[in-house]
Amino acid sequence: MKVGVVVFPGSNCDRDMYHVLGDVFKLDVKYFWHEDKLPKNLDAVVLPGGFSYGDRLRAGVIAAHSPVISDVKKMADKGLPVLGVCNGFQILVESELLPGVLLKNTSLNFMCQWTELIVKNNKTPFTSKFKIGQKIPIPIANGEGRYYIDKENLDKLKKNNQIVFQYGSNINDSVFDIAGICNKEGNVVGMMPHPERAVEPEINPKDCTPSNMIFQSLIATIGARK
Amino acid sequence: MSLFEVQVMIENKAGMNDPEGDTILNDLVLKGHHGAVKKIRSAKMLKFQINSTTKQAAESAVKKICDDLRIYNPMVSKVTFSAKSI
Repeated sequence: MKVGVVVFPGSNCDRDMYHVLGDVFKLDVKYFWHEDKLPKNLDAVVLPGGFSYGDRLRAGVIAAHSPVISDVKKMADKGLPVLGVCNGFQILVESELLPGVLLKNTSLNFMCQWTELIVKNNKTPFTSKFKIGQKIPIPIANGEGRYYIDKENLDKLKKNNQIVFQYGSNINDSVFDIAGICNKEGNVVGMMPHPERAVEPEINPKDCTPSNMIFQSLIATIGARK
Repeated sequence: MSLFEVQVMIENKAGMNDPEGDTILNDLVLKGHHGAVKKIRSAKMLKFQINSTTKQAAESAVKKICDDLRIYNPMVSKVTFSAKSI
């Protein structure tokens, strides 16, 4: 079970993600520099958090033009699991793998706090072990985390069951309290909160079981595929 | 071929909120008693220097670059171009 973690110039959660996938969940995890090709035998790929290119122009937009993105798109087209966390989510929307955009927080502040997510879609590779409505205590850490999509496309998201996570309360004026979405097929998921910062009890003062289930869902999905 | 400067102004579409403009208005300008000011919208400007034959050609070349590379996000931003020879 081979999982890739893509490293962009300015990624800073790549090691956390690598640690969680490799040390906590014992997956065969490898880093891939943003100029690398992704091997054909990769089972899933994660775009980690950070500040690719220092958020110049707009968070994620420059990284969205990285050479590796064409291989990420190929994996997405094949139906393989793709996860973008925080800056990874921003890169997924800017590369048009996911709809919408992440705007500057209304407060103009970098927000770093624990939040509560509500699972709205348990048909994705990262949520298959959850019950609908299940809650996940999880931290956010972002300056551009306010999800926006126009009404017409929001209606499409709702109709196609593409809203994966909602915040339990309106923390940042995201449209419809959206914290995470997926593509129409469900295999590409982007989320602003950081599951890799919530799976170990040493750094999670609340409950790490639900965040673990995000990765356990991935393992179950990849396992079932083989 | 001559050198032109094409100014690209990117701002939020009307109806999109603009927390930066609001903060400058409410927490700076209006606190300075400039009550005549009713609204401030923030924007980002990029200045491209580009070799081209005419102003119009320079503008449309930069527009194509901005569209192709998603220099602005079409869902939330409106963009205006203006070229001058330099």
